Amino acid sequence: MHKIESKNVNFHYGQTHALKNISISIEQNTVTALIGPSGCGKSTYLRLFNRMNDLIENTRLEGQILIDGVDIYAKGVNVDNLRKNVGMVFQKPNPFPKTIFENVAYGLRVNGITDKQLIEERVITSIQQVALWDEVKDKLKKSAFELSGGQQQRLCIARALAIQPSIILMDEPTSALDPISTAKVEELVYELKDKYTIVIVTHNMQQAGRISDSTAFFYMGELIEHDNTKNIFTHPKEERTQNYITGRFG
Amino acid sequence: MYNETKITRRKRLNQRIAFGLFSTISYGIVALLFVILAFLIVKGFSAISWGFITEMPKDGMTKGGIFPAIIGTLVLVLGSMLFAFPIGVMAAIYLNEYVKDGYLKRFIKLMTNNLAGIPSIVFGLFGMALFVNELEFGDSILAGSLTLGLLALPVVIRTTEESLKAVDNTFRQASLGLGASKWQTTRKVVLPIAFPNIITGLILSIGRVSGETAPILFTVAAYFLPKLPTGIFDQVMALPYHLYVISTSGINIEASREMAYGTALVLIIIVLISNILASRLRKYFGKKVKMN
Repeated sequence: MHKIESKNVNFHYGQTHALKNISISIEQNTVTALIGPSGCGKSTYLRLFNRMNDLIENTRLEGQILIDGVDIYAKGVNVDNLRKNVGMVFQKPNPFPKTIFENVAYGLRVNGITDKQLIEERVITSIQQVALWDEVKDKLKKSAFELSGGQQQRLCIARALAIQPSIILMDEPTSALDPISTAKVEELVYELKDKYTIVIVTHNMQQAGRISDSTAFFYMGELIEHDNTKNIFTHPKEERTQNYITGRFG
Repeated sequence: MYNETKITRRKRLNQRIAFGLFSTISYGIVALLFVILAFLIVKGFSAISWGFITEMPKDGMTKGGIFPAIIGTLVLVLGSMLFAFPIGVMAAIYLNEYVKDGYLKRFIKLMTNNLAGIPSIVFGLFGMALFVNELEFGDSILAGSLTLGLLALPVVIRTTEESLKAVDNTFRQASLGLGASKWQTTRKVVLPIAFPNIITGLILSIGRVSGETAPILFTVAAYFLPKLPTGIFDQVMALPYHLYVISTSGINIEASREMAYGTALVLIIIVLISNILASRLRKYFGKKVKMN
């Protein structure tokens, strides 16, 4: 069984046909990169996996998205529980205006966990997982806003990990970071795939090449090509893919 | 190559005219404000003394102080806020966080905007009909506070809505993305971030409410009542109405002229203090929000 499977997905914003007949299978414990020029639908597609597009009014979805074989848009699916399983990291680091500790504990608390010891354990483990522990262990009670941008983004990843999802969605997670912070996040993504399935939207071709196992190229709402990353970057089947990754358009 | 030409000279001249005009107007407005303030200080300062703000009015309001009017205004402001703040904030949360765009939302918004445009004397009349007569509260602090609260409601709703709108959507998405419900997101993330601005809006509406005369005219304000209220069904004196009374229908208008300016000055100072408080509180809570 595939970890994520989308079958003939069409998505409309009002009159705009944003995604056209997208079918992709994503395997467990892999990193999948979604690439393509701005407005091609890759972020919209990513946000279907945790139903974040539900927040936008006047949208319509056709087709199916299965996670672990379950249709996540079927009746009776609890969106809160889906999102517990499918974590998300955003473009700009967006820690809550709370302490470092409370940022990571937030997901646990809103999901009804009250056991103090358990919360503390999970917070510490999550911060360790993102290799931030040494930098913040003495200031867990300080505001998360005191951290640098790169640290904040890793904290946001820790926040997502704390509720133990099996999938992590990343929407251009390094586009607001400097090269060193970017390298740290990339390294992290590489390590995290042992435990999680990761889907990452990126504008950075090298990044897709460095960290992903498979790459999907989107163009104007269509999936042009999806293959393992090596093939996409060395022998793309489609000319448009070739043109895009070599920088001839987009 | 880089010499002044006809075009550059004209550009510079136009710019100078435009900015000259704008700065004259802005300074003019500030100057006007200072003139008003200076006028009040010159005319009213001699009236102000410890006795003026702590004593009851005497001798047909030509002597003594304005203590009951100060207390009356403070009580009315407090009462109206107790009513307008929770309802206004809840309405704004509902409008901004829950209702989907559509006819209902547009209708509610239109109505709150209309409410803000209603002349305050109409609120006064409505308050008299509903609270004083229909609900039989009589001329009372309760009736006056509710009427003033109605007047403040659209202001509170709008400023709260603006504060909520200013909260970046990615905070909401991050919270929802962690499996939080909409209400948890609103309560634990959105409201704390918006709080400093909400408080500011609240205090600014206090400034508005404390100076209103018409809404309290038929609902609570007493012409002359030299004692403090003992309950919410008592009448009180209030600064703006007191000012109106001693300037137009006092026993001896000439003799109470100085007291009128003194009263105006006190009223302005109360509004000024509440505005300063607003900006202080915003800074204070702004810092605090980051720390929680």
